[in-house]
Amino acid sequence: MVAEIGQFVLILALITAIFQGVFPLFGAARSSQPMMRFANNAAFVQFLAITGAFICLTIGYVTSDFSILNVTNNSHSLKPMLYKISGVWGNHEGSLLLWSWILALFGLAVAVFGRNLPDSLKARVLAVQGMIGVGFLMFILFTSNPFERIDPAPLDGSGLNPLLQDPGLAFHPPFLYLGYVGLSVTFSFAIAALIEGRVDPAWARWVRPWTLAAWGFLTIGIALGSWWAYYELGWGGWWFWDPVENAAFMPWLAATALLHSAIVVEKRDALKNWTILLAIVAFSLSLLGTFLVRSGVLNSVHAFASDPARGVFILIFLIFVIGGSLLLYGIRAPMMKGGGLFAPISREGALVLNNLLLSTATATILLGTLYPIFLDAFTGAKVSVGPPYFEATFLPLAIPLVIAMAVGPFLAWKRGDLAGVISRLTFALLLSFLLVGFIWWQQTATPVMSLVGLGLFAWLLVGSLLEWSERVKLFRGPLLSSWRRTKQLPRSAHGMTVAHIGVALVILGITASETWQTEHLGVMRPGETVSVGGYDFRFDGAETVAGPNYEAVRGTFLASTNGGKGVYLFPEQRQYSTPPMETTEAAIRPMLSADLYTVIGETDGTGGYAVRIYHKPFISWIWIGSFVMFLGGALSLSDRRLRLGAPRRARRQKAATPDLSGAKG
Amino acid sequence: MTRKKRRLYFVLAGMCVLGIAAALVLTSFEDSLVFFRSPSDLVEKPIEPGRNFRLGGLVEEGSVEKNGVITRFSVTDLNEAVPVTFEGLLPDLFREGQGVVTEGYFNKDGVFVATNVLAKHDENYMPPEVADALKKAGQWKPEDGG
Repeated sequence: MVAEIGQFVLILALITAIFQGVFPLFGAARSSQPMMRFANNAAFVQFLAITGAFICLTIGYVTSDFSILNVTNNSHSLKPMLYKISGVWGNHEGSLLLWSWILALFGLAVAVFGRNLPDSLKARVLAVQGMIGVGFLMFILFTSNPFERIDPAPLDGSGLNPLLQDPGLAFHPPFLYLGYVGLSVTFSFAIAALIEGRVDPAWARWVRPWTLAAWGFLTIGIALGSWWAYYELGWGGWWFWDPVENAAFMPWLAATALLHSAIVVEKRDALKNWTILLAIVAFSLSLLGTFLVRSGVLNSVHAFASDPARGVFILIFLIFVIGGSLLLYGIRAPMMKGGGLFAPISREGALVLNNLLLSTATATILLGTLYPIFLDAFTGAKVSVGPPYFEATFLPLAIPLVIAMAVGPFLAWKRGDLAGVISRLTFALLLSFLLVGFIWWQQTATPVMSLVGLGLFAWLLVGSLLEWSERVKLFRGPLLSSWRRTKQLPRSAHGMTVAHIGVALVILGITASETWQTEHLGVMRPGETVSVGGYDFRFDGAETVAGPNYEAVRGTFLASTNGGKGVYLFPEQRQYSTPPMETTEAAIRPMLSADLYTVIGETDGTGGYAVRIYHKPFISWIWIGSFVMFLGGALSLSDRRLRLGAPRRARRQKAATPDLSGAKG
Repeated sequence: MTRKKRRLYFVLAGMCVLGIAAALVLTSFEDSLVFFRSPSDLVEKPIEPGRNFRLGGLVEEGSVEKNGVITRFSVTDLNEAVPVTFEGLLPDLFREGQGVVTEGYFNKDGVFVATNVLAKHDENYMPPEVADALKKAGQWKPEDGG
C-alpha cells in the first residue's frame, strides 16, 4: 500500500512540476498576477508530494517491506536503523528521489524567502526550477522507479554494501546534493535573467545567498566524502583525483568562481555576461557530475546502475539543459551591456584573475576526467588519467590563485595601488619567508613543493588576518573602538576572512601531511613494538569479535611516546554476511598535531598479522579547514544585506514587515 | 581606460592563462596517461620495463603466494598470464579467480611490480576493462559479471 501511495504522489509531483514549468512563464510574459502567483502554490504542492514519496520509501525501508524491489536489493532486516534510513538514498533510485526532493525544497525556499523578489523574476525562476523537476521526475518514473514491486516478496533483503554502512557516508550524499541542487537555483536565476534580458546589482544580491548556500553545502559534502575515503578505505589517502571526486570538485570550483564574480556584479555592475555564463556552467557541471557518477560510465562505489536506458535519458536531458541554456545565452547575452569600468590592478581585476584561474583549473580537470571516456567511446582504447596529470596542471594554477587571494582584498575598487598593498603585506611576506627558511634550515631535503605550500599557508593566513585587522583598525586606537568596528563590519567581510583562513588551513593540512608522513608496513607478532613518527606502537594481538551484522578480526595497538600513558587503537578486518564482503576498518587517533592511523590485514597463519601504521602530521587540518571555509560561507550568508535583498526593495519592505529586518541570523 | 581597451586586457589575460594551462596540459598529458593492457595485449605488443600502465584480468587460481606483506600472484585472461609482485595490504576483495586491476611497471626480470592494486567495491562487480579483456580473449562468461 505504501509503495502505491508513493508512486501516486510522485506522479502528482510530476504533473505539478509540468504546470509549474509552463504557467508562470506565460504569467510573467503577460503580467498576469494569478498565473505568476501560481508558481508559489505549485512549488509548495510539489514539495509536499515529493516529501510524501520520500516518506513512503523511508517507511518501506524502516519496516523492511521486501515486497518493494528497491528495499529488497538494498536493505536487510538485521541492518542497524541508521543504515536502514540512510539506505533510502544509498542506491540509484532513492538517491534520485533525494535529488528531486532537495530540488523541490529549494523551489519552496525561493517561494518562501523570495518575498521581495519582483513577481515576474520570481515566477520565471520557479518555472525553470519546475522544468528541471520535470526532467528528474520523469527520469525517476520512467527509468528508475523506487516503488517497483517484487512478487513473490523474498524473506530477506540482500543488504547494503558495507562500505556504505558508515555514519560519514550516511550524510555525505545529502550534503553533496544540497550543494549540487543549490546551484540549480542560481541556474534558474540566470535563465530567468536571460528571459527578462536584464541583470543588475539587485539581481546579483538575490543570487549570492543561493550561491553561498550551495557552495557551503558542496564544501561540506566534498569534505565528508574525502574524510570517508580517508578512514573507511584504509589506504591512508583522502583524495585520489578519481573521476567521481572530480565530478564534485568541478562544480565546487565553478561555484567558487561564481561566488566571486557575483560580487563584481553587485558592487560594480560589471562582468554580467560572465556571471550568467558561470551560473549556467556551474549547474551544468553538477548535472554532468550526476551523469558521470550515476550512469555507470565510471566504475566506482557510486555507480549503482549501468542500465543503458538511464544513461541515454540523462545524456538527452544533459544536452537539452546545457544546449538550451547556452543557446538562450548566445541569443540574449549580447543585449546586456556591462557597467562600471576598472583598471587591471583593482579589486575587480583581482576577482577577474580569480575567475580566470578557477575556470581554467576547472577546464583542465574536465579534460582529464572526460578524456578517457571519449577515447574509449571513439577508439576503444582504455586509458586512465592519473594524479600526476591533475597535480601538474592544478597546482601551477592554484599557486598564483592563493598568492592573489591575500592581495585582492586589500585592493581598492576601480583602481588599486599594488605597490602600496605589497608594502602593507610586508609582514606576511616576511613571516612566510621566515617559516620556509626555518623549515629548510631544519631539513634541507624538504621538497620544493612542500616549502611552497607552507609559504603559501603563512602568506594567506597572515595576509587575511592583516586585512581584517586593518579593517577594524586593530591596535591603531583603543581596543573598544576596534570592537565597535568589528561589530559594524558587514558579516560578509568577516565571512570572507574566515573562509580564506579556512583555505590556508587546508593548504597546511595537505602540505604537512604529504611532506612529513611516515609509515610502517610489515608483519607484526603480539608483543612487538615499532616506532613510527616518534610514537611507539605495541601490537597486543588480535581477536575475533562479533558485530550486529558482521564478524571481525580486531587488533589491539598501544601507541605511546616515551614515558606517556598512550592510547589504544583497535583496527578491524570485518566480514559482513549480507552481502558477503570484507571491509577494512582503520583505527585512527586524530589529534591536532598528527593522526595515528593503523590498519590490520591478514594473518600469516603463525600468529603474525600484516599491519600498516601511519603517522600523518596535521592531516586533520584538511577537514578543520574545510569546516572553517563552510563557517565563513555561513557567516556571509547571515549578512543582513543578503537577507533583505536589494536596499531599494528593503526600504519599502521595512514598514510592512518590521520583524524581517530585526531578525537575527 | 576605455571599454575597448579593457576588453583587450581581459582577452590578453585570458589568452595568457589559457596558454599556460595548455602548455601544462600538453607537457603532463603524455606522461600521465596510463594505458590498460591485458596479458594477451602484452604478448602482442610488449611494453618496455619501467613504463607505467595498468594490467587487468583475473587472479590466476593457485598462483597467490604470500611472504609477509609481499604477495606474488599471476594476472591472467585465461590465455596468457603475467607474474605480479605487490608489497602492501591487499584490498578486501582480492581473491583467486576474481577480477583485478593493478597499476605498476615491469622490472628487468619481466615481473610486473604493482604499486597499486585497485579495490573493487562489490563482490559481484567485474571491472569493465577486465570484462572487455576477457571477451577479447574469448573467455567471457556472462555469469561472471554483475
